[in-house]
Amino acid sequence: MSLKGVLKRIAVSLITVFLAMLLTFFLLRMTPGSAIDTWARDYATQRGMSLDEAYRQITAMINYNPKEPLFAQLGRYLGGLMHGNLGMSMIYQNVSVNEIIANALPWTLFVLSVSLIISFLIGINLGAMMAFKRKTILDPIISIYAILTSSVPNFIVGILLLVIFSFQFGWFPVNGAYDPIVDPGFNFPFLLNVLYHGALPILTYVITTIGTWALTMKGSAVNVLGEDYIIAASIRGVSERTLMNRYVKRNAMLPLITTLAVSFGFMLGGSPLIENVFSYPGMGYYIGQATQQRDYTLMQGLLLVTSLAVILANLASDLIYAKLDPRVKLEEG
Amino acid sequence: MSQGFIEFWQTMYRNKKAFSGLIILALFIFMAIFGPMMKALDMTVNFEGRYMSPSFAHWLGTDYGGRDTFLQLVYGSRDVLSIGLIAALFTLVLGFVIGALSGFAGGKTDTVLMFITNLFLTVPSFPVLMIVAALVQIKNPVMFSFILAAWSWAPLARAIRSQLLSLKNREFIIACRIMGLKTPYILFREILPNLTPYLAINFIMAAQGAIVASVGLMMLGLAPYSPTNWGMMIQLAVQNTGGIFNPKGYIYLISPIMCLGLFQMACIFFSNGLEEALNPRLRS
Repeated sequence: MSLKGVLKRIAVSLITVFLAMLLTFFLLRMTPGSAIDTWARDYATQRGMSLDEAYRQITAMINYNPKEPLFAQLGRYLGGLMHGNLGMSMIYQNVSVNEIIANALPWTLFVLSVSLIISFLIGINLGAMMAFKRKTILDPIISIYAILTSSVPNFIVGILLLVIFSFQFGWFPVNGAYDPIVDPGFNFPFLLNVLYHGALPILTYVITTIGTWALTMKGSAVNVLGEDYIIAASIRGVSERTLMNRYVKRNAMLPLITTLAVSFGFMLGGSPLIENVFSYPGMGYYIGQATQQRDYTLMQGLLLVTSLAVILANLASDLIYAKLDPRVKLEEG
Repeated sequence: MSQGFIEFWQTMYRNKKAFSGLIILALFIFMAIFGPMMKALDMTVNFEGRYMSPSFAHWLGTDYGGRDTFLQLVYGSRDVLSIGLIAALFTLVLGFVIGALSGFAGGKTDTVLMFITNLFLTVPSFPVLMIVAALVQIKNPVMFSFILAAWSWAPLARAIRSQLLSLKNREFIIACRIMGLKTPYILFREILPNLTPYLAINFIMAAQGAIVASVGLMMLGLAPYSPTNWGMMIQLAVQNTGGIFNPKGYIYLISPIMCLGLFQMACIFFSNGLEEALNPRLRS
C-alpha cells in the first residue's frame, strides 16, 4: 500500500472527526437555556453564592455559554475538547463526563470483545462448514436460524433471556456489572462475578450475531471454493481438512476481518437497548440515562466518543485490509 | 405491462417464502386498516379485570390494567405500520435524490454530498436518534417517521450513487443529454424506472429498519405518545412492572414481541422474493 493512500485516508478521517465535533457542538447548543438557568439557581442556593457567580462557574464547567456569540461558543467548546475536557455531567452531581466514560467504557469493552470473539469464531467455522458440505442439513438450519434472529431485534432477545433466566429461574442477576460484596481488582472471585453478570448480555450479542457471521462467511467461502488454486490443490491430493483450514478459511476470512473491525467500532458505543435491558453500566446504558433525564453534556460527550470510535475503526479496517490482502489498492474507492 | 405483471405474480406465487411473506404482510395491513373499525378500545383502568387469561371476550386476555391485549395490538398495528411506511417513503426520497444528484452531477457536488453522506454513515444512528427524540418532543407518527428517515438515508444514497455511475454512461442517458433534456427529467423519467426494482426492495428494508428503531426508542420511553404502539407495550410490560415480574402478565409482554417478529420475518421473506421476481438474473 502506498504512503499517499494511507495519508489520504487519515486526512479524510481527521475531517470527519472535525465534522463530528461540530455536530456534537450543535447538539449541545440545542440545550434549552432554561435547563442551565435552573441549574444555576440550584447551584447558587446550594453554595450560597450570587446567581451570576454560579452561572459563570457552570458555564465553565460545561464549556458552553448560551449568552456568548456563536463563534466564541464554538471556540470555547473546541478548546475544551483539545484539553480532553468534555464538561461536567448535569445530573450526576460533581462527576465529569470524562469520569463517567472512564467508568463505563471498560464494561462495554469487556462484553463487546468477549461476545464478538465468540460469535466470530463460531460463525466463521459454521459458515465454512456450510460452504463445504452443501447438501447436509446444516445449511437450511443455519439459514432459518439467521432469518429468525434477524427478524427479532436483539434487545427483544435480551428481554426474553432476562425474563426466562433472571426472573423465571433466577439463575442470573437482574442488573449491574458486579455484586458490591466482591472486591474489585484482579482476583478470582471478582472476575468470576463479572463474568456471571456479563453472561446474559454476552449471550444476547452472540445469539443475535452468529447467524449473520455464518451466512457472510458461507458466501465468501463459496466464492473462494470456485477459485482455480482450490481445484488445483484438491487435484494435487491435499486432504479435505487441510483444504478447508489452510486454503479456504484463511482466504474467505479476509473480507470478514474488515467487517469485524467496523462492527467493533459501532458496538463500542454499546448497545443502548441491550445495556438498558440488563441495566449493565456500559456506554449504552449511560446514553440511555442521559437522554431519559436530559443530561445534555453527557449526551454530547458519549456521542462524540462513540463517533470517534467508529471513525477510528473504519480507518483501521481500511488499513488492515490493505495490509492483509495485497490485491487491494488503497487509492481506489 | 400486463404481461410483466402476470409474470411478476407468478414468480411471487411460485416462491413459497415470498408468497407467505406477502400474505402475512397483507394480513397486518388489513388488521391496521380495518381492525380499529371493528371494536372500540377502552383504555380505562379496570382493576377487577386485570391479568385475565385468554377467553372468547378477550382473545389474548387483559393486561395489568384490565385492558384487552388483543385490541391494543390491533390499534397499535396502525401506528407501527404507518411509521414504517412513511419513514420508508421519506428514506427512499432522500436517498434517491441525494444519491442520484451526487452520481449524476459529479464534480464538486458529488464530493460535498458524499462527504455529508459519509458523516451520516459514520455517526452511529441509534444514539443520535435517542438524543434527537430527547430534544424534540415526538407527538405523532409523521414527525417520528421524518426523524427516523433523516438518519437512515445514507446507505441508500451511496448505493444509488454507484448505480448511477454505471447508468449515466449508458447510451440512452447519453442520448437524453445530447437532446438537451433537463436533469430532473432525466433523473425521474429515465433513471428512476430503471431503479424501481432496487428501490422496491429497499422500501421494504427501510420500513423494517424504521419499525425496529421506533420500537427501540419507544422501549426506552423516548417517544411516549401512543400507549398501544407495540414498542410502548413492551416498555410498559418491562419497565412499569406490567408483565416482567408477574407470570400472569407474560401474554401481554409476549404478544407485541410475537407480532413484531412475525412482521419482520414477513418483510425479510417478501423482500427476498421480490428480489428474485424483479431481478431476472436470480431466477433459476
